[in-house]
Amino acid sequence: MSSTATTLEHAAPPQSGPRSLIQRLRHGDEVAHLLTLIFAALILLLTSMLVYELWVNSHLSRSKFGMMFFFTRVWDPVFGDFGALPFIYGTLVTSVVALMIAVPLGLAAAIFLSELAPRRISDTISFLIDLLAAVPSVIYGLLGIFIVVPLMRTEIGPHLIKWFGHVPYLSVLFKPPNYGVGFFTAGIVLAIMVVPFIISVSREVLLTVPREQREAALALGATRWESTWKVVVPWARTGILGSIFLALARALGETMAVTMVIGNDPKISMSLFASGHTIAAVIANEFTEANGDLYLSALIELGLVLFLMTFILNGLARILIVATERGGGQPA
Amino acid sequence: MNRLRLIWRKSLNVFALTLTGVAALAVVSILFLILGYLIYNGGKSLSWDFFTKLPKPVGETGGGMANAIVGSLKLLFLAAVMGVPVGLMAGVYLAEFGGKTFSFVIRYTTDLLNGVPSIVIGIFAYSLVVMPVRHFSALAGGVALGIMVIPITVRSTEQFLRSVPGALREGAMALGASKWKTVATVILPAAKGGIITGVLLALARVAGETAPLLFTAFGNRFWSPGLSQPISSLPVMIYTYAIAPYDDWHRQAWAAGLVLLGLVLVANVGTRLALSRGGSARSV
Repeated sequence: MSSTATTLEHAAPPQSGPRSLIQRLRHGDEVAHLLTLIFAALILLLTSMLVYELWVNSHLSRSKFGMMFFFTRVWDPVFGDFGALPFIYGTLVTSVVALMIAVPLGLAAAIFLSELAPRRISDTISFLIDLLAAVPSVIYGLLGIFIVVPLMRTEIGPHLIKWFGHVPYLSVLFKPPNYGVGFFTAGIVLAIMVVPFIISVSREVLLTVPREQREAALALGATRWESTWKVVVPWARTGILGSIFLALARALGETMAVTMVIGNDPKISMSLFASGHTIAAVIANEFTEANGDLYLSALIELGLVLFLMTFILNGLARILIVATERGGGQPA
Repeated sequence: MNRLRLIWRKSLNVFALTLTGVAALAVVSILFLILGYLIYNGGKSLSWDFFTKLPKPVGETGGGMANAIVGSLKLLFLAAVMGVPVGLMAGVYLAEFGGKTFSFVIRYTTDLLNGVPSIVIGIFAYSLVVMPVRHFSALAGGVALGIMVIPITVRSTEQFLRSVPGALREGAMALGASKWKTVATVILPAAKGGIITGVLLALARVAGETAPLLFTAFGNRFWSPGLSQPISSLPVMIYTYAIAPYDDWHRQAWAAGLVLLGLVLVANVGTRLALSRGGSARSV
């Protein structure tokens, strides 16, 4: 559709050229242009203000702790000593766990929807998956507390400890005690929340792969799976990577569901069953009770860190997705 | 040897393809699991009191969330009043008036704003509205949700304006209409259905937001008249009640969850169905 718009834009000058500015003003074109421009510029202003407010209001914490903020593992509101390390650690660990579950699951489902399923079934399933993405995060938290946490305590956790508890290297990750809340539970809930994003973006990207690519592979004697896995997926890999970045950005910034199941304890533990904390969770938990300007400022600096992380990831994701959909399969 | 390899390739083919189907089925079944659990647990605890009564003090059982339901509606109304006009106008700018470079900047910023974690939006609204007056308010909650409505509205508005056939545009201009007249009397009405569903989807999305309300609208166990007092909302009530240690509160959290999910899903299914049906009408 954008092509018609651009042709119109090109076609417009010869029409409006002869008109004088006064004439165009009278016709209201310039007024309408200006009015809508102001609202568009408002978005720009709002976003810059957001960055500005985060920067200014975290001044106290930035000037007191400097770079050490990121390497200190103490979080002590009583003595006014704040370090972000446990929260950054928790945010990264939960997101990695989430991706390790969501990426294989999401990619497989996307392959099914784009390569195997008839169009009608594929559309219906995509519709349902879009609905899954619309479920509010506090509902995931609710289900997390009352379903995933008990399951983790009595079923999943004990089994994982039994299987991996004695495997060298892996045993550090699966160490008791297991109370049901912690990094792993948060990772599972996050995985369910981000999988719809991976599926819908990957499906779109996979659908843009030219038909000839598949036909050529099949004609060479490849099985359906070989043509998918060795030809179609590599062609779309940049876009798939983009969908993963998008999901990662979501996972990093997710607040409510994680807050409700991670245990909210600012500790760094290797065990995935241990309680932890994330950046978003600590802001949600402590913002209203932050007494003292330094405390509040430290929390806002955490918000700034979170903003920058998601900003970078979203930017990268967009570039990757656009690159695949336009160029398609440039060897990256 | 070759035959063995062929058997291996064929069975891998069947196995892997089956696995992808299982994965798709697993993800879809999660949706039904969620729905089933909420209907089972929430349906049990849903009662007339839930919609008509205020919360009871801690320790007493019973009571409802009437104030939270009204509070959520009020916050949504505020968000719509503040966010939708900005989103609409900016969408019109991008689709109809925008130059190349500035449009790119606006589009990029909009996507950026869309990707900002909701808790960070909460901090922003807090520093804009709460910090100067030093108390939580319905207005602050409305601002937070309003900001989140903007990027979604912009993108859907632009998309639907662009999908209006070029012939309509050219027809209006050929009749001598000026550009803004074309936009206001031909293009916007043609895209009306799509734009409205886009707005509804945006509102459905922020209706479930909890994080930006925690320290802007805060919460309230009573009615909240006007705009300057803390106000209760369904998502925040679900959160507070779910992490509290009382069984009766858990019961009510499930009920609230069912009501919220019901509203969000009905809005989503309704608008999406309307959209897909309107799809054929749009391309006429």
